[in-house]
Amino acid sequence: MSEPRTSPEVCGMGHSMKRKEDPRFIRGKGNYVDDIQLPGMLHMDIVRSPFAHAKIKSIDASKALKIPGVLAVITGETLAKYNLHWMPTLMSDTQMVLPTEKVMYQAQEVAAVIATDRYVAADGVEAVEVDYEPLPVVVDPFKALAPDAPVLRTDKKDKKDNRIFHWQAGDRAATDKAFAESDVVVKQDMYIPRIHVASIETCGCVADFDRVSGKLTVYMTTQAPHAVRTVFALVAGHVGLSEEKIRIISPDIGGGFGGKVPVYPGYVIAVAASVVIGKPVKWVEDRMENLQADSFARDYHIHAELAAKKDGTMTALRIKTLADHGYADAAANPSKFPAGLFSICTGSYALKHAFAEVDGVYTNKPPGGIAYRCSFRVTEAVHCIERITDVLAQELKMDPAELRLKNFIPPEKFPWKSALGWEYDSGNYPAALHKAMEIVGYEALRKEQAEKRARGELMGICISSFTEIVGAGPSKQFDILGLKMFDSCELRIHPTGKALARFGTKSQGQGHETTYAQIIAEELGIPAAQVQVEEGDTDTAPYGLGTYASRSTPTAGAAGSLAARKVREKAKQIAAHLLECSPDDLVWEPGKFSVKGAPSRSKTIQEIALAAYTNHPQGMEAGLEAVSYYDPPNLTFPFGSYIAVVDIDRGTGQVKVRRFVAVDDCGNIINPMIVDGQIHGGLAMGLAPALLEEISYDDEGNITGGSFMDYLLPTAVETPSWETAKTVTPSPHHPFGAKGVGESATVGAPPAIANAVVDALAHLGVRHVEIPITPEKVWRLLKEKGLAE
Amino acid sequence: MSRHDIQLSVNGATHRVQVESRLLLVHLLRENLRLTGTHIGCDTTHCGACTVLLDGDPVKSCTVLAVQAEGSQITTVEGLEQDGKLHPVQEAFWENHGLQCGYCTPGMMITGCALLARDKNPSEAQIREAISGNLCRCTGYSNIVKAIQSAAEHLRQQ
Amino acid sequence: MIPSAFDYHAPASIPEAIALLSRFGESAKVISGGQSLLPLLKLRLGTAEHLVDIGRIAGLEYVREEGGSLRIGGRTRESVLERSEIVQTRFPILLDTARVIADPLVRNRATVGGNLAHGDPANDHPATMLALRATVVAQGPNGERTIPIDRFFTGLFATALAADEILTEIRIPVPPNRSGGAYMKLERKVGDYATAAAAAQVTLDGAGNFTEVGLALTNAGPVPVRASAAEDVLLGKRADDARIAEAARRAAEVASPTADRRGSVEYKREMARVLAVRALKKAVERAGGR
Repeated sequence: MSEPRTSPEVCGMGHSMKRKEDPRFIRGKGNYVDDIQLPGMLHMDIVRSPFAHAKIKSIDASKALKIPGVLAVITGETLAKYNLHWMPTLMSDTQMVLPTEKVMYQAQEVAAVIATDRYVAADGVEAVEVDYEPLPVVVDPFKALAPDAPVLRTDKKDKKDNRIFHWQAGDRAATDKAFAESDVVVKQDMYIPRIHVASIETCGCVADFDRVSGKLTVYMTTQAPHAVRTVFALVAGHVGLSEEKIRIISPDIGGGFGGKVPVYPGYVIAVAASVVIGKPVKWVEDRMENLQADSFARDYHIHAELAAKKDGTMTALRIKTLADHGYADAAANPSKFPAGLFSICTGSYALKHAFAEVDGVYTNKPPGGIAYRCSFRVTEAVHCIERITDVLAQELKMDPAELRLKNFIPPEKFPWKSALGWEYDSGNYPAALHKAMEIVGYEALRKEQAEKRARGELMGICISSFTEIVGAGPSKQFDILGLKMFDSCELRIHPTGKALARFGTKSQGQGHETTYAQIIAEELGIPAAQVQVEEGDTDTAPYGLGTYASRSTPTAGAAGSLAARKVREKAKQIAAHLLECSPDDLVWEPGKFSVKGAPSRSKTIQEIALAAYTNHPQGMEAGLEAVSYYDPPNLTFPFGSYIAVVDIDRGTGQVKVRRFVAVDDCGNIINPMIVDGQIHGGLAMGLAPALLEEISYDDEGNITGGSFMDYLLPTAVETPSWETAKTVTPSPHHPFGAKGVGESATVGAPPAIANAVVDALAHLGVRHVEIPITPEKVWRLLKEKGLAE
Repeated sequence: MSRHDIQLSVNGATHRVQVESRLLLVHLLRENLRLTGTHIGCDTTHCGACTVLLDGDPVKSCTVLAVQAEGSQITTVEGLEQDGKLHPVQEAFWENHGLQCGYCTPGMMITGCALLARDKNPSEAQIREAISGNLCRCTGYSNIVKAIQSAAEHLRQQ
Repeated sequence: MIPSAFDYHAPASIPEAIALLSRFGESAKVISGGQSLLPLLKLRLGTAEHLVDIGRIAGLEYVREEGGSLRIGGRTRESVLERSEIVQTRFPILLDTARVIADPLVRNRATVGGNLAHGDPANDHPATMLALRATVVAQGPNGERTIPIDRFFTGLFATALAADEILTEIRIPVPPNRSGGAYMKLERKVGDYATAAAAAQVTLDGAGNFTEVGLALTNAGPVPVRASAAEDVLLGKRADDARIAEAARRAAEVASPTADRRGSVEYKREMARVLAVRALKKAVERAGGR
């Protein structure tokens, strides 16, 4: 993007404006859910199942109820009286709020204790006695599909197996034919492990039902407050909750990354408790509950095949995947996309043929299938194509950069219709890769690698050239529970020329209060400092589907821009009235209209705003405001090329990421500082699953990795100093050419690291390493190849 | 279960409170004293969101009993700003985009302040080591390191 | 995560603390820095009816040389140990160790005595103290006694300390000239317990032969492990790579780790060997051996 069009005072797009939300955060004055304390507020704590699959024979709350301060113990039976013991998932499956018969995963909610204080509530949880009868556990998703596997969802009358869905995209026959005609075929199994977003703030809420007014206010860690309100109204309408009397407030959110999209049972129980008891009820989960019971991400078992000609031209891609969804399909996907946007798996390459299929299965694990800082299943798709591309490079003995450059969709071919049906809006893939190679010093590193190999030392250098698909989405394809995935802005200009802009999204750290203000500033010339941005309160903000999947800038940001343009159109009429000229004679520059050919005759937006309330033209409505509900015509396709350089300790197998260069292209940039921050954060959340994080289960369905003892978030020591750069290829269909950036790095980084590790070992004949790449996995390869120290 | 009358100084103000033996310092600060800038992010003494200065040393207040802080001087994030002037570390976090969701930020800044109180010229490796008991999920740490470096430079020039 | 209720006591003197411990017996636990104990209580994996906090007892935090020994007060925080000049200049193995315990914030509370008295074979000081041939000083109702480190660890989370005894001091013989030590730890990330770790403390003679060797392993069994056979391989012999490799192999033979998310038994045992080599080499280097 060229230089900013606005002055530093106005601070429109392209300025690295200091964040407007920060003054409260750096003073410890943020307002997170657990900071909220209401008069008479009670505390809720949850009894959870130690078993992955068991019949509940009895729940004895008598000892708990004897503890002074314990007021109630809520069970599935309690909720069943109100028919609130089940709820729908976002994928129109069903999920228990509290069980009445059996538990389906370890750490499942079994009962809730309501007490006057959180310490007493914890004592109450310990005192509730539950008698379980363990049932056979299904942990392995492949075994879940075996004919003799126990059927898990016995609550569904017609369900005869554990398959949730079969989804496919592409032309199977044409793809098979292309494979048959190819010179080379490579195949690779890869598992994208179950991981957890682990935002540093866990989930929680304060539910406050006012018996007199009948109004329910829920302060809640949610990325999608409006959708939650509607879901509450639909699910609990029969007990008297009516949508106009439900107010969801998403206050400051301590990181979301997709984990705060779903409605967890805890929220619903807290609401039910508040409605029944008539007092505010706070529930805040602890870290182990967060890791063990909240929605997971990934868990895709992928088999990928790539066909090519001898010269390296890729001809076809074939993918078969088994998706472990746990006991319910509670994925946070658009309704029509059970496998999310996995069909972006053709990646950055001009593949003519592709076929992908995904089968979802039930197991005795927590439900989920959320994003972990990526658009729906895009990380899985990118890992798959970027890994198999390197396998092909190895097979063909081609440099992985050369293979990519040979197969990239040429810049002049955009918009590109992919083999699996997407229309990529814009891209210049070679430019990004060349830039990354130049920054990292690719040739010199290859030389160093050769020298090191000769000395028996191991270093790897490799690439991920990803294409994302974000900004869901166009209403003809995209909805969640029927709610179309538009987003919104309501913009008011005050008489003194200051603005209030409200959006249907909800920042969890992305900096919307700043970037949205900059969008308005860009469009209207009102200083961003004077644009108050508000989100997250369903009583005041316009309806929107929320913030996830990098959709805020592509959808709500666009709505902000279009609302501002509507305001500008009205401002033009007012300016013409004030300047006594035709609107057609006016020219706009940020902040003012002037008369063509007479630049001294002008009216600033502030003057116009005042006139809108004090001197508006007869026949025109007073005021200066606009609303936009933006339905994007297409998704946006951010991309980039990442290069990781790793060193491997031959003794221990430890991988150290020495350097990481990330060249991103997210179209036009609103705030370069914030974009860099988003990329840094995404890179750390890409490094994490590549090297450290995994949630797994033993044969009995016991979770391993269910606390920060074993679920390993990288610290500043494991994290390298990120090197970032940009190319700018604007989106042709977005109002200001932006694409979204919050998740590119999470999507792009893991295969870059995995590819670099494999590259370090490639001369030994290693073709693949599963993530997370633990020291032992690497050591085993070294040992197998006789290279361990 | 015993209760104890304790006195402690928080951000320069003396508080006398009665606490249950098991009350954690972080809950005393957040719930009794309503200083909610100190956050809670884990159960296992890993995340550092609850970091406060206890007699000048950064500690995880989720792993200190309130009663153990009897007679101590505590500084929380709310105490960093003095006479309406932000601490250089606060300024630097703002200036360098060292925070996103803001949840780890108070603990991270407290740790940064303690580091710079001891050493005004730490290396990048020393900074990374010093903040390795504070987890951040948003920033990827680069800008936090940069912020602490920038605050260090500011302090050296003072 | 909230601990179950308990009573808290903050004795002002050692005799007062011992009196409390005598009174409450097994129902009491000593809390030093609390960085291991409080997480256990919060997770309700452990319980105590009484906590006896030795943090109010004056004079238990010091690092000084006296009578040919380095004396470390039982309640000395790890951060104080790290910053001690004598540790920094003369006991690099202790500095190596302190710096990889948990994280810097935890080390502002965690104490050296607590790290030993917890009896956790995954803790880092035990192996180092074995390598240094330390002595633990305990005080109880019958006064003070010293416990050689080799007799201190009696089982998983069990030590030679009686329920009414307090660990008051650790004594480490000041090594002669041409001595060096190192602690090498493999951890998945900062703050983790060791996948494997090795502590080595050596003294060389003028000819470059080992005159004293201490080698011990962390997280390699229910108690911290001294690699006696490995020490024997080296004693009186030249400090060369072949001998070190042989000693490390012997060391790994005594490792009996358990498999967990840090690694398999095979990997952990092999890492004990790799780290023993590295620790020995570093120790020799610090002793001026190369």
